[in-house]
Amino acid sequence: MSGGEGSIVQFDNVGLRYGTEREVLSDVCFTLYPGSFYFLTGASGAGKTSLLRLLYLAQRPSRGIIRMFGTDVITEPRSRLPAFRRRIGVVFQDFRLVPHLSAFDNVALPLRVSGVPESDIRKPVADMLEWVGLEHRTDARPATLSGGEQQRVAIARAVIARPEILVADEPTGNVDPDMALKLLRLFEALNRLGTTVVVATHDLHLLKKVPDSLIMRLDRGRLSDPTGALRYPPRREAVGQ
Amino acid sequence: MSARAAAGRNPGLVPQTRLAGPMAWVIAIMIALTVIAAAAGLALSNLAAHARAEIAGGLTVQIVDAAPAERARQAEVAVALLTNRDDVAQVRRVPDSELDALLEPWLGPRVTGSVADEDAIPVPALIDVRLKGAVTHRRLEQLRAVLAAAVPAARVDAQAGWLTPVFAAIASLQWLAAGLIVLLAATSAAAVWLAARSALGTNRETIEIVHLLGGSDAQIARIFQRSIGIDAAVGGFVGLALGLAATLLLGRQFAQLGSGMVAGGGLGPVDWIVLAAIPLAGLLLAMFTARLTVLAALRRIL
Repeated sequence: MSGGEGSIVQFDNVGLRYGTEREVLSDVCFTLYPGSFYFLTGASGAGKTSLLRLLYLAQRPSRGIIRMFGTDVITEPRSRLPAFRRRIGVVFQDFRLVPHLSAFDNVALPLRVSGVPESDIRKPVADMLEWVGLEHRTDARPATLSGGEQQRVAIARAVIARPEILVADEPTGNVDPDMALKLLRLFEALNRLGTTVVVATHDLHLLKKVPDSLIMRLDRGRLSDPTGALRYPPRREAVGQ
Repeated sequence: MSARAAAGRNPGLVPQTRLAGPMAWVIAIMIALTVIAAAAGLALSNLAAHARAEIAGGLTVQIVDAAPAERARQAEVAVALLTNRDDVAQVRRVPDSELDALLEPWLGPRVTGSVADEDAIPVPALIDVRLKGAVTHRRLEQLRAVLAAAVPAARVDAQAGWLTPVFAAIASLQWLAAGLIVLLAATSAAAVWLAARSALGTNRETIEIVHLLGGSDAQIARIFQRSIGIDAAVGGFVGLALGLAATLLLGRQFAQLGSGMVAGGGLGPVDWIVLAAIPLAGLLLAMFTARLTVLAALRRIL
């Protein structure tokens, strides 16, 4: 493993257990560099979602060190964590849309949380909804949207604020192959703009669709490095940074 | 609705339940009761102050002698002695007709009788004295000494002494009113705490999402503060209206008693301002409680 210089995320001997159960993640070490595209694979129950929860700061590890954006986020006071979370876009496996808000307001949520003025919200949100093919469903509540539509709203919400890291948990699980490819192209476009992308997926076909991607494989809570990318991470200059 | 229309407003992150929920009405009842308790406390305070001012410097000299002629003579001597003193502001012998009127409900008409009427009930002659300045124990003893030689049947009492139990009772009622206000405030805070906890539970999923999108504790707390603040403002206004209506109604009924002491228990302009400020205090208490409750609950989330 490299020293992590210039990295955006660094996990060092991270372990996670819930309560007194056995560790769901053990001795996880890896470094993510800005502008890289990572796939996180592994069987069900391998710990992918737990690893992603650590990445989007929903969980503190039981042990180890996590550095993000050059800061040790484990020892950081919780009052400073929201500022880090705003730099991370998340596509949740179960979408986690706010049920009483329209598709438009769900997508606008990260911008409003960040304090973006209302006048600067309308166009980017409308453009984003158009991009994911939901311009005709702007006022629809999540309950009236299909699974695929909800997933597209969730993705639009995750990328609307141009995050530095995008974490997606099975983002193409509920969409048809054409839409899956389209969403993947959106992730790639963001990646080209400098966003570090981490996509957890079962779908091995997706891996071939992004040739420059790096693969992280989890097996019963332990991270393997099939491409050597974690041991010898590529150093890439992010575009637009 | 188009994106343009949708963007024209910033929807609440947490659904507003104002007026649909019981919170506004609970606050309305609490504020109404607080206004009534505060009005009672202020009225009692005014009543006590008015009564104290009225009887400050007041003395009553009783001439207790069974013989009407001797009683009348000593009363005249006492009046003369007291009138000549520099420290006495006013001396007034209570006329027999006034005493008759006071005693008539219990003893029948013309109790005191004439000076020549030896069969009349020996009611003491009363002299109402007002000193310059307050009555102190020392001044009381001096007057007793002055009267003792020339008016042996005189008994001198400070009027404030008779009303001491009344003042004690008024003070107890004031403490009771203050206690009620504290209890009502505590109950209101507890109701807000429960409402905030309930709202947190109902909106837990939304709060977690906002939290994970980078929402700070202060932002989330502000949402609940605003929601409960609106309930408290509406409830406070309704409660104030109810409380003032009840206060005015009670005040009118007490005024009809025609008692001089009760008449001193009216509310002044400052009192009405204090009563009008109660909903504002309720609003601040509700928002403060909601904020503390939400922040305490959020601290359990990473």
